[in-house]
Amino acid sequence: MTEIPEHLLKRAQAAREKAAGGDDATSGAGNDRISDQLLDRTKAAGAGVAVADRPTAVVAAPAAGGVPIGAGPGGHTQRLLTVVKSGSIQEVKAAPVDKVHTWPHLLAIEFVASLACLAFLFIFSWFVNAPLLQAANVNQTPNPSKAPWYFLGLQELLTMFHPMIAGVTLPGMGLIALILAPYLDKNPSNKPEDRKFITSLMTVHLMFWAVLVMIGSFFRGPGFNFVFPWRDGIFFEL
Amino acid sequence: MAKTIDDQPTPTLKDRVSKIGEQVQGSQAWNSIFRPGSIFRKGYTDSPRNRSYVIMNSVLYHLHPVKVKRHAVKVSYTLCLGGLSFFLFILLTVTGIFLMFFYRPTAANAWQDIQTLQTSVTFGLLVRNMHRWGAHLMVLTVFLHMARVFYHGAYKPPREFNWVIGVILLTLTLLLSFTGYLLPWDQLALWAVAVGTNMMGYTPVFGSQVRFVLLGGVEIGSETLLRWYVLHVIMLPFVIVIFMAIHFWRVRKDGGISGPL
Repeated sequence: MTEIPEHLLKRAQAAREKAAGGDDATSGAGNDRISDQLLDRTKAAGAGVAVADRPTAVVAAPAAGGVPIGAGPGGHTQRLLTVVKSGSIQEVKAAPVDKVHTWPHLLAIEFVASLACLAFLFIFSWFVNAPLLQAANVNQTPNPSKAPWYFLGLQELLTMFHPMIAGVTLPGMGLIALILAPYLDKNPSNKPEDRKFITSLMTVHLMFWAVLVMIGSFFRGPGFNFVFPWRDGIFFEL
Repeated sequence: MAKTIDDQPTPTLKDRVSKIGEQVQGSQAWNSIFRPGSIFRKGYTDSPRNRSYVIMNSVLYHLHPVKVKRHAVKVSYTLCLGGLSFFLFILLTVTGIFLMFFYRPTAANAWQDIQTLQTSVTFGLLVRNMHRWGAHLMVLTVFLHMARVFYHGAYKPPREFNWVIGVILLTLTLLLSFTGYLLPWDQLALWAVAVGTNMMGYTPVFGSQVRFVLLGGVEIGSETLLRWYVLHVIMLPFVIVIFMAIHFWRVRKDGGISGPL
C-alpha cells in the first residue's frame, strides 16, 4: 500500500471539516446547478466513460464526512466538462513496460547466485588442489608441453598448419569476425526461428573450437601424438 | 527532609540500547555517511517507495536501475552468467591480493614462495586453489555469457557496441588467465607459456619484436616473470575494470538487457 504523506492527510481532513460545516447551506442547491441539457450532452459524448446520471448518484459512495465525493472544498459540486483521452494531446512514445523492483526481485537472485558460486568454488577448492609441478627448468622440456586449455585449440591447429596461419591468422580472423558480428548480421529479428542460418553458423564455429580443445586436451600425448585417454592415460593439467 | 519520588522506572537494557541507537542515527557522522532517504537512516518497512530507495540511495544505483523489466529477472534467460563473471572477478581480486602478500616475482623465489604458501601459510593452499579454479571458471562463464548473448541476438542494435566491448573483455579475461598461468613458475607454467609465446612470435611483420617485448628478452626468464606479474596484477586488471565500467553503463543506456524473444 502506498504511503500517503501526513501533510496531505491533514489537508484533506481540514477540507472535509470545512465542507461539513458549510454543508447545510449549500448542499441542497449544489446538485441542481447542472442543467439536464449539459448532463445529456456529457452522457452522449462520453462513450465508455462512466458518467453518473446526476451528481447526486455519487453521494452513495462512502464519504467519511457525510459529504459527496464530488463536492469541492466549498461544497460546490464538480462538473465533468470533458474527457481528454490520452494520446490526443500527449504523444505517447512507448507502451508501458511490465517492470518489477530491482530490490528485492533481482538483488535476491543475484545474491543467491553469487552465494552458490562461492560455495561451489569453496568446496571444490577444499578437495581439489591446484597443480604445482617441479620448479621451472629451462633445460628440461616436459613431453608433451601443452598450452592452457583455452589455447589448446590453437595448438591443435599448429599440427595442421604453418604457425603463422594457426597461431595468428586464424584466431585473429575469428576475433575480428566476432567483433564485427553485429555489423555484419543485418537481420533485425532476435527470434530463434528467424535466425536459423546465423545460429547454425555460430554453433558450428563454437563446436569447431570445442572439439579442437577436447582433442588437444585429452587425445594428445607425448610428442603431441594422438592417443586414446582410456588406453594411454590423460596428459592434461589444468 | 524532602524526599524525591522518582516515578520513572530504571531504564531497562532494551531502552538503553534503543536510546543509543537513536543517538547514533541522529548524529552528524551517521547522517553524513547515509544519504537522505537511505534505509539506514529511516529504517526499512516493505513498501514500493522503500524498495526504490534501497537502490536509489545506495551505491547499487551505479549498477542497477530502480526497476527492471519483468522478464529480465528470469534466471532461465540470463543464467546469471554476466553477473557471475563479475562476481568471480571480485573474488579473484580478493584472493589475488591475499596471494600477493606471499609472492615474489623472481625466478629464484617464485616457486619456493608458492610452495611455502601452500605448506606454511594458514589457508594459503585453499586461497590459491580458489584463485586458480576461480580463474578457470571465469574463463568459462565469460565464454558462456558470450554464447548466451549471441543466441539471444542481444548484440543487435542498439547493443552492437556493447558486444564489441564484450569481445574485448573476453580477450582481456583470456590474457589475465594466461599471464597468471606463468606465475607459479613450475614446469607446467613455464612450458605452457613457452608454447603460447612461440605462437605469438609468428605474428606477421613484427613477430620477433612482439615476442621480445612479451618475454623481456629472447627466452623466458626472470624478466618475463616480472613483466607478466605486473601485467597480471596491475595493468590488465586496470584495463579490464575500465572496460567493465563501460560495459555495465552501456547495458543500462541501451535499455537494460535484451528480450524477451
